Amino acid sequence: MRVVLAEDLALLREGLVRLLEATGFEIAAAVDNGPDLLRALVDHRPDVAVVDVRLPPSFTDEGLQAALAARREVPGLPVLVLSQYVEQLYARELLADGSGGVGYLLKDRVFDSEQFVDAVRRVAAGGTAMDPEVVSKLMTRGGQPLSRLTPRELETLELMAQGRSNAAIAQQMVVTERAVAKHIANIFTKLDLAVSDDDNRRVLAVLAYLNR
Amino acid sequence: MDGDVGIIERIEASGRAAVRGLGLYLMSMVVGLLLFCLMVNSITMIGMGLGLFLVPVIGAKSRRYANKYRELTGRWTGTRIESPYLPEPPHRPGLTGWWNRTVHTLSDPATWRDLAWMVTDPLVACFTALLPISLIGMGIHGILLAAGLWVPIHELGGTQWYTFVPVSDWPTAITAGVVGLLYIGLGLKIARPLLAVHGRWAHQLLAPTEKARLALRVQRLTQTRSDAVDSQAAELRRIERDLHDGAQARLVAMGMSLGAIEHLLDRDPDKARLLLAEARQNSAKALSELRDLVRGIHPPVLADRGLVDAVRALALDHPLPVEVAAELPGRLEPPVESAAYFAVAEILTNAAKHSGARQVWVDVRHEDGMLRISVTDDGQGGAMASGGGLRGIERRIGTFDGVLAVSSPPGGPTIVTLELPCALSSPRISPS
Repeated sequence: MRVVLAEDLALLREGLVRLLEATGFEIAAAVDNGPDLLRALVDHRPDVAVVDVRLPPSFTDEGLQAALAARREVPGLPVLVLSQYVEQLYARELLADGSGGVGYLLKDRVFDSEQFVDAVRRVAAGGTAMDPEVVSKLMTRGGQPLSRLTPRELETLELMAQGRSNAAIAQQMVVTERAVAKHIANIFTKLDLAVSDDDNRRVLAVLAYLNR
Repeated sequence: MDGDVGIIERIEASGRAAVRGLGLYLMSMVVGLLLFCLMVNSITMIGMGLGLFLVPVIGAKSRRYANKYRELTGRWTGTRIESPYLPEPPHRPGLTGWWNRTVHTLSDPATWRDLAWMVTDPLVACFTALLPISLIGMGIHGILLAAGLWVPIHELGGTQWYTFVPVSDWPTAITAGVVGLLYIGLGLKIARPLLAVHGRWAHQLLAPTEKARLALRVQRLTQTRSDAVDSQAAELRRIERDLHDGAQARLVAMGMSLGAIEHLLDRDPDKARLLLAEARQNSAKALSELRDLVRGIHPPVLADRGLVDAVRALALDHPLPVEVAAELPGRLEPPVESAAYFAVAEILTNAAKHSGARQVWVDVRHEDGMLRISVTDDGQGGAMASGGGLRGIERRIGTFDGVLAVSSPPGGPTIVTLELPCALSSPRISPS
């Protein structure tokens, strides 16, 4: 699986390269600024891009802008955005085209390499990886309809919105996958969402719902 | 049809102007002259000692009256007149206090300009503010004569002269009526222009002189500068405290855990693993605290995208639905941007905490060199401009000559508006 990596701090960039190579990824390009990133994304068309939000030369949200621009040119290009901060506004922009294959995580999540690599794989496969901090903010704004959910269903919803698979949710909540499937069916009924067999579509529907 | 409506509206406006002119004249004639006499008497009585107590009191009354007149003139004539008085020093008790206040009152040039105005205005107002209503009154008199009032007067043996018409029979009475109509027309025609003239006249004596304006400006700058320095210092203290109690303490704890782990690694690996998990938790918490701290100093979205998107981000994080309408074709100066951002954040926090609102609207725009932001909520109202939070915002934007206005009648809605004079730089060209 080929990755384009954009991170301006050399130490962190090398660490990420080492981590990704050790877990079976091939680094197509590792860049340290916005314009190079956009070029690398369009030229290499990687299976997934791992991008720091803040990049030179402007040190603003240049990484995010380059990722969004690349996705306009190469629709559905999987992008995992890393940041020192998570902003709902940016999450919303990443999710806006509704085609999935996006991730938005705090840089701290890299500490847990297993989870992080899992998130990269998920995004590469067209899924999503939303930081728990984004999701919990979305949940507090979810409003009235969410109060109809049971605590277990809320927990399921939160994990699902982060982009976890049913198996991962079952493992985290220490229940069977069938129990998770039941929770999910209940959530979709209570929130009036159209049921879909496709995991990624289901997650996008939930995120779109929370992101209203 | 439109023309008719226009004419009726114009006549109404003119009539209003005439009545307002009468109001201003009466104020000058009654209150103004009275205060003038009292003030002059008080000053002459300083020698006897009594004036020492009268001058500050009557002076204060005169100022309140003159300020009322300034306000009315501003509202009615369109000529805004600012208050020219130098700020009063703090009152001190005893005789020296009275003496100081008397000296302050008499040494302020505005006091003497007020006096000059109070004694001349009744006369000047006769030709400006009062003239239109007099003409209209004369016109009504003419019409009354034409309506038959001339009959009893004539029967009692008098000949009523109406301007140049001796009214003694119906034809002359009708003429008087026609002349009266002309008077009314003339009175209405000149009412608004003359009221404007009166406004300019009042401006001559009531507005601050250039020197007074500068003195007031210096006073205001001194105040806002010290506010800015104070709030800056408080901010630094807060950051220092947050770092000390937060990230710094966690790093110390982490260091201690790591030291213990070093010792335990061989002897008690299970315990070491426990401490490692704790150390990792502390590092995550330290990071999240540093994040919150930075967000409070300089929010990332504000740095990345500017005010509008930063306010949008605030709206997304807000517990209530917030609708943002914004028109800002460019970036503001960073300090202004930051002040405006934190002001909006504070107002939104207040709305969430106190208003009981269900919806909030934020409007951001830049017009005539002025950044205007209004935050409206549909809560129960009753917010006070003097409340702690709003006072803090006022101080914060005061550094940039910004002003804050709050409208919050009981029952709502609450509208908080802030205005900051500032330039808009051309939009940043995005690198793509």
